[in-house]
Amino acid sequence: MSVPTKAAPVVDMRGITIRFPGVLALDNVDFLLRAGEVHALMGENGAGKSTLIKALTGVYPIDSGSITVAGTDRVFSTTGDAQNAGISTVYQEVNLCPNLSVGENVMLGHEPRSSRGISWKSVHHEAARHLASLGLHLDTHSVLSSHSIAVQQLVAISRAMVLDARVLILDEPTSSLDRDEVDRLFAVVRDLRDNGVAILFVSHFLEQVYEIADRITVLRNGQLVGEYPLHELPRGQLVTKMIGREIAELEAISATAERPINRTGAPVLRATGLARRGVLGEVNLDVFEGEVVGIAGLLGSGRTELVRLLYGADRADEGQVEINGHVVKVSSPRNAVERRIAFSSEDRRSEGIIADLTVAENIVLGMQARRGWLRRIRSTEQDAVVSEFMSSLGVRPADPGMLARNLSGGNQQKVVLARWLATAPQLLILDEPTRGIDVGAKADIQRKVAELASQGLAVIFISSELEEVLRLAQRIVVMRDRRQIGLLDSHVTSLEGLVDFMANDTQGSVA
Amino acid sequence: MTRLMKHRLFWPVSCLLALIILNTVVRPQFIKITVLDGKLYGAPIDILRQSAPLMLVSLGMTLVIATRGIDLSVGAVMAISGAVTLTIIDGSSSPGSVGTVLMAMAAGVALAFAFGVWNGFLVAVLKIQPIIATLVLMMAGRGVALLITGGFITTVVSRPLKYVASGYLMFIPFAFVIAVVAIAVVAVVERRTALGVLTEAVGINPEASRLAGVRSRGIVFGAYIASGTLAGIAGIIYSSNIMAADANAAGELIELYAILAVVLGGTSLLGGKFSIAGTVIGVLIIQTLDSTVLFLGVPSADKPVVFALVVIVVVLVQSPRVHRTARAVLRRSRTGGPPARTEPQKVSV
Repeated sequence: MSVPTKAAPVVDMRGITIRFPGVLALDNVDFLLRAGEVHALMGENGAGKSTLIKALTGVYPIDSGSITVAGTDRVFSTTGDAQNAGISTVYQEVNLCPNLSVGENVMLGHEPRSSRGISWKSVHHEAARHLASLGLHLDTHSVLSSHSIAVQQLVAISRAMVLDARVLILDEPTSSLDRDEVDRLFAVVRDLRDNGVAILFVSHFLEQVYEIADRITVLRNGQLVGEYPLHELPRGQLVTKMIGREIAELEAISATAERPINRTGAPVLRATGLARRGVLGEVNLDVFEGEVVGIAGLLGSGRTELVRLLYGADRADEGQVEINGHVVKVSSPRNAVERRIAFSSEDRRSEGIIADLTVAENIVLGMQARRGWLRRIRSTEQDAVVSEFMSSLGVRPADPGMLARNLSGGNQQKVVLARWLATAPQLLILDEPTRGIDVGAKADIQRKVAELASQGLAVIFISSELEEVLRLAQRIVVMRDRRQIGLLDSHVTSLEGLVDFMANDTQGSVA
Repeated sequence: MTRLMKHRLFWPVSCLLALIILNTVVRPQFIKITVLDGKLYGAPIDILRQSAPLMLVSLGMTLVIATRGIDLSVGAVMAISGAVTLTIIDGSSSPGSVGTVLMAMAAGVALAFAFGVWNGFLVAVLKIQPIIATLVLMMAGRGVALLITGGFITTVVSRPLKYVASGYLMFIPFAFVIAVVAIAVVAVVERRTALGVLTEAVGINPEASRLAGVRSRGIVFGAYIASGTLAGIAGIIYSSNIMAADANAAGELIELYAILAVVLGGTSLLGGKFSIAGTVIGVLIIQTLDSTVLFLGVPSADKPVVFALVVIVVVLVQSPRVHRTARAVLRRSRTGGPPARTEPQKVSV
């Protein structure tokens, strides 16, 4: 680990205040970033993390306070100003041109020129050099979109290096990466750190923060809570500082999962030998009334593919599905909705929320689709449903007329959940419902799932955070390499046991 | 006042009023409407009457654009429906009978409906990009129309057919009555049922809508069928106006004017939210502009230039970016200080 305290601050933000109409987004916040450190910025959604980053990257002008970069006072009025000061950002959604080649992306706007215009040969040569310095050996002529998100993110980082960044901001860079890809990214990040780049890291994954960061700054409600060296702030304390309340609530959720499940009747859903060539090997699974079945597996293990087959989003070519004891064919999402199955996709932005409709319209969309377009839901009924679910899930702000795009990720997730609950499903499939959302909203969603299950709803719950799966589920289907490798009873499974089972090729039905 | 200015139809309506005022100032008799044996006469009435074909086509275009699509074939469909209708009337033994004309028009509209189904099939089922899918019919359609008329401009003499474009129903031009009925039907079907909001959902995010259980295929299909059918009716009005089926001139460039009307009315070409009232205003702006150019005595060769200039102005006046800049400039000149910072558009807290 580097010795960050002795390094000079590269970025010194003091007394930053940003006001939006009606809200104080940042209230007199100080933030210090030193050369050669990885500094994690932590806080719930709405704590002011992204506003602070946007102040530093010139997206928002500041109302008061000062920003000093490498000893010089700076006023950023555009993102270009910030880039010229050596500040580069890599966003969660890769901000490159997917249809251009890797080389073109890396060198975009900085193409080497000769007397006859851009020299494409040196563009690719230079790009390859920059990529190689991050340990990346790609064909620079290949199209960017042909690479995985992880590689694209590394390309985005190389691009930042072309801009000669002194400060690199990584905003949720790992949210769509699997473990190997995260390791690769972190290796690059450590390398950059050792070369004196100051790195600002934002992530909702606590383990990753503890793996890579040297120092943590915590924000809450637009105010600075404090700055701490990593080793002085254990996880529990960090979470407490972020949400400002104890996490005993989560323990209470865990207790409700201990209840016994009656598995004598017909299951709500039973899949036997379900498979799709080239996508998913045989899976056997059943879910009973009031039961939460978790699916554990890494990204790409086939867990999403499995639930998409169950929901009819894709079609299975082998196997059979029974609902309430009757053999059925779920041929389309529409068909699934009619059988009272609900599915919340892992990709909230492109497969969940309808960004330009209002919160209320988003919530009643599922009900409306089920009834058909001829029978419009009356506004009195709509208002009742919307206000019921908005308050029971705690959607904030509580404004049903607001466009869904203006909500934070956690609240969008609650809106999607509300859409499904309003259709009164008998089986609820949740694929990564808590990804990329803040701790408070995570707890809200888990509490709601536990509550609904104890009232008789059958739930299939997928999450990369195994603690969540263990906390909520009675049984856990374990997936690896696009096939089912086991079925575990969560009462007798520990986190270590589950990780072990996912990683090693032990066969068996109960660990 | 600011609330009024925030309304999304504020700028389109202002542009229309400005055009009307301009005309009235230049030629005060522009706004004069007279009644002569049970019929209204005057420049505004002419504008309403002439706007009928574009109004029908633009209504359909609005629905298609709301689903993220575009229908380039509307002009060709107009030519086909006109050709079918007039060829049937021309070939019948009693071209003046109401029954013959109704039957001929039904055939024309039915064929237009069928071409709407064809477009819908290409886009919704075969998933061909809308611009390409409808380009096929745009190019082939006029050939089909020529085939039907045998390569000639078919002319007929038929009182009932003439009534469609030139007749009056209770003081009002019948063509405009058709347009109003079409507006009302589309508005009721879209807004009194849930079709409108489901269409918007599909236009904003097709995959999320499908996963929410919306029958997006049917909704897209329906939009193209509506567009084709409305274009078919427009084609009959057009033919009735000149009492001839001209496969080359019928609905020429109307697809572009319809797209313009939709955009002037505030519906984004990216799909999603749409405004029927906005499209109606957009059509009236285009039609009034057309008359204005005539009134001002612009030589017809120069007409497109004037048209283009006015459209640029209208689009700029509606642009939020221009509004912001204008406000900043105004404020600076008033206070003499630097412009206040523009608020960020989106607030994420």
